[in-house]
Amino acid sequence: MTRKQKRLAIIGGGVGFLTAAVLLVMFAFSQAVAYFYVPGDLAKASLAPGTRIRLGGLVEAGSVKRGDGKTVTFSVTDTLAAVPVTYTGILPDLFREGQGVVAEGSFVAGSPVFVADTVLAKHDETYMPKDVADRLKAQGVTLGGKENIQ
Amino acid sequence: MIIELGHYALVLALATALIQSVLPLVGVRRGDRALVELAGTAATVSFLLVAFSFAVLTFAYVTSDFSVRNVWENSHSLKPLIYKISGVWGNHEGSMLLWLLILVFFSALVASFGRNLPETLKANVLAAQAWIAAAFTLFILLTSNPFARLVPAPGEGRDLNPVLQDIGLAIHPPLLYLGYVGFSVCFSFAIAALVEGRIDAAWARWVRPWALAAWTCLTAGIAMGSYWAYYELGWGGWWFWDPVENASFMPWLAGTALLHSALVMEKREALKIWTVLLAILTFSLSLLGTFLVRSGVLTSVHAFATDPTRGVFILAILVVFIGGALSLFAFRASHLKSGGLFAPISREGALVLNNLILTTATATVLTGTLYPLVLEALTGDKISVGAPFFNMTFGLLMLPLLFAVPFGPLLAWKRGDIAAASQRLFVAVGAGLLFAAAVYYARNGGPVLAVLGIGLGVYLILGAITDVALRSGLGRVAGSVAWRRFLGLPRSAFGTALAHIGLGVTLIGIVAVTAYETETVVEMKPGMLVDAGGYSLRFDGMRQGHGPNYTEDTGHFTVSRGGVKVTEIWSSKRLYSARLMPTTEAGIRTFGLSQLYVSLGDGMTDGGIVVRIWWKPLILCIWGGALVMMAGGIVSLSDRRLRVGAPSRATKAARLAAGAAE
Repeated sequence: MTRKQKRLAIIGGGVGFLTAAVLLVMFAFSQAVAYFYVPGDLAKASLAPGTRIRLGGLVEAGSVKRGDGKTVTFSVTDTLAAVPVTYTGILPDLFREGQGVVAEGSFVAGSPVFVADTVLAKHDETYMPKDVADRLKAQGVTLGGKENIQ
Repeated sequence: MIIELGHYALVLALATALIQSVLPLVGVRRGDRALVELAGTAATVSFLLVAFSFAVLTFAYVTSDFSVRNVWENSHSLKPLIYKISGVWGNHEGSMLLWLLILVFFSALVASFGRNLPETLKANVLAAQAWIAAAFTLFILLTSNPFARLVPAPGEGRDLNPVLQDIGLAIHPPLLYLGYVGFSVCFSFAIAALVEGRIDAAWARWVRPWALAAWTCLTAGIAMGSYWAYYELGWGGWWFWDPVENASFMPWLAGTALLHSALVMEKREALKIWTVLLAILTFSLSLLGTFLVRSGVLTSVHAFATDPTRGVFILAILVVFIGGALSLFAFRASHLKSGGLFAPISREGALVLNNLILTTATATVLTGTLYPLVLEALTGDKISVGAPFFNMTFGLLMLPLLFAVPFGPLLAWKRGDIAAASQRLFVAVGAGLLFAAAVYYARNGGPVLAVLGIGLGVYLILGAITDVALRSGLGRVAGSVAWRRFLGLPRSAFGTALAHIGLGVTLIGIVAVTAYETETVVEMKPGMLVDAGGYSLRFDGMRQGHGPNYTEDTGHFTVSRGGVKVTEIWSSKRLYSARLMPTTEAGIRTFGLSQLYVSLGDGMTDGGIVVRIWWKPLILCIWGGALVMMAGGIVSLSDRRLRVGAPSRATKAARLAAGAAE
């Protein structure tokens, strides 16, 4: 092979691989990404059943019910609307009523219940998931969690 | 008083860094030896000053001096001594001071170990290091002063975040920073090369040990962090594709690419410009990581502070250094002569493939990490890019690299023979497939992809061994000769083999855990039995206890196999009194390379408790593989070529190259 051909082979291979990578990334963005919603957004969002989303808000006071031990139901609220959530598993250490939470999962067709497979709570007492805090602040909800504890 | 001295030392360190960043450059221009030699002295002084400053802060923590705001916010007099010390870097201000300490430590190392470097190159490298040091010292002094006082001094501190009170945290950040910041030396070497407009194989030979050392520490730091998250957070996961994890993983990927491209440059004088660019990019990713973690744009356990001025300041540092370095590169890269020719199928070709895939994979991780931030800034939409995205893109892109890894060392430089290489790998491929078939048979089927993944890991391990065996002439010469040749192989050959074996081991661990782990969530009452991974766990009941700064409820489990008691597991939930913060202390027992992992959930009113039990098959391979990779790095670092003799040969080569260039 001449110098030019060698260079072409290497550059061609590289460009081909990069193109494949870009296509793959674009495909993955369309498939494997979860959007963040608060309960008030859901009405106008019209999600297809099974779409993975992150649902954020406050755990509604008095809404936490334990089923047969491992399944827990609770409501996530942004004070405008509330969404019932079921979750099977162990809730994070910092999961509490009246505190910020992010649940990841999807709605099942024909049911208003959000089935979560991951529940994230705050990492420590001064931290509320940022997504939740921003949205709630935007809606004028006062965040009381921090003061309650300290 | 001593606190103010620490603060003052930091101010002096800033002054020293400014001197070190300007005067040696002037000296190089004017040919003034005194100014050129000043660089080394200034680097040493800078290190001593920052080390003193760091020691003062540590002293404040150890003596629980709550008149220092930083100590009050992050320490507690009842905390065990080791966590008082590790608490120094368990917060924003202290961890930035550690970052700086490690940066000036590396400068001092260059100053003292770089005796064989040409003086002008050394002066330029140290000046570039000093620019970074000056920027970060200024950052600490202006926005993150750890020595700020609190009047009046409170009687008791607010304690360190309990999840950070762990031996893992004591080791993880220093190791990670040694890696992250270690790449600054490569960056400074790249800047120096661009400033001088001259670069040759000797340059690669000087840079490679630094890259290797940084890479080894970063490997250790990431593995440590992963293991810490695994046992401390109680979620049973070992990697979450969390932006903060990605922030450390990206420099690792780019650094791995850098190690390989520097190899081509050192041996064949090719890929020069690319290697310089990679050196710049690797440290840029370290800086980006620092920005992501420290600025508070991401919320995570690592984001100690969310003060916007800090974010803007680090962003400015980021823009100046990355932008400046890349502009310098754009202007000066054409001055660097490009090097040797090679066929696409050759050792160089294989290393180019390695670089192509690793940098593309880095770019994917970068895209996935930054996209949510960019999207939110542009449209206000909030999305989460998590494991599904990264597994799909990163996982798929890395696959061809894993297949190609054993081929690299078997191909000759310049022009390789892929058919011959495949023939030599016949045993490794065959054994990999056989092993996969055996696993498939033993598990009565199961996911085919997982089985093939494990086979791929075996192939990687055997492929690396094949290379060493062939080099010692095994099978071609008498056993004793082969043994002597084996012992005589350069250390770097063992380094390569170990690193590749480690990759195979980690891969096996990842595949086994992903495909074969079992998870049981169950409500247990005392006396109840649950099976996991062939073991049977009996819940014996709860017990209350307390430690120095927490109270805990501990569940006791008896593990038996075939009716015979094997071991016991204690798993607890703790409540740290200073912050009223609950944490989970998972109960973990190791069986060979596999583990049983028990974490507790909420107690029921009827005396039962929710328990989550995982069986994690071969999980220790994940971190064990990282240890083997590290061993590879260390063995390679001890290669003669990088120590004795090499520098003198290198200088000769440099002179020759300089002569040729004129």
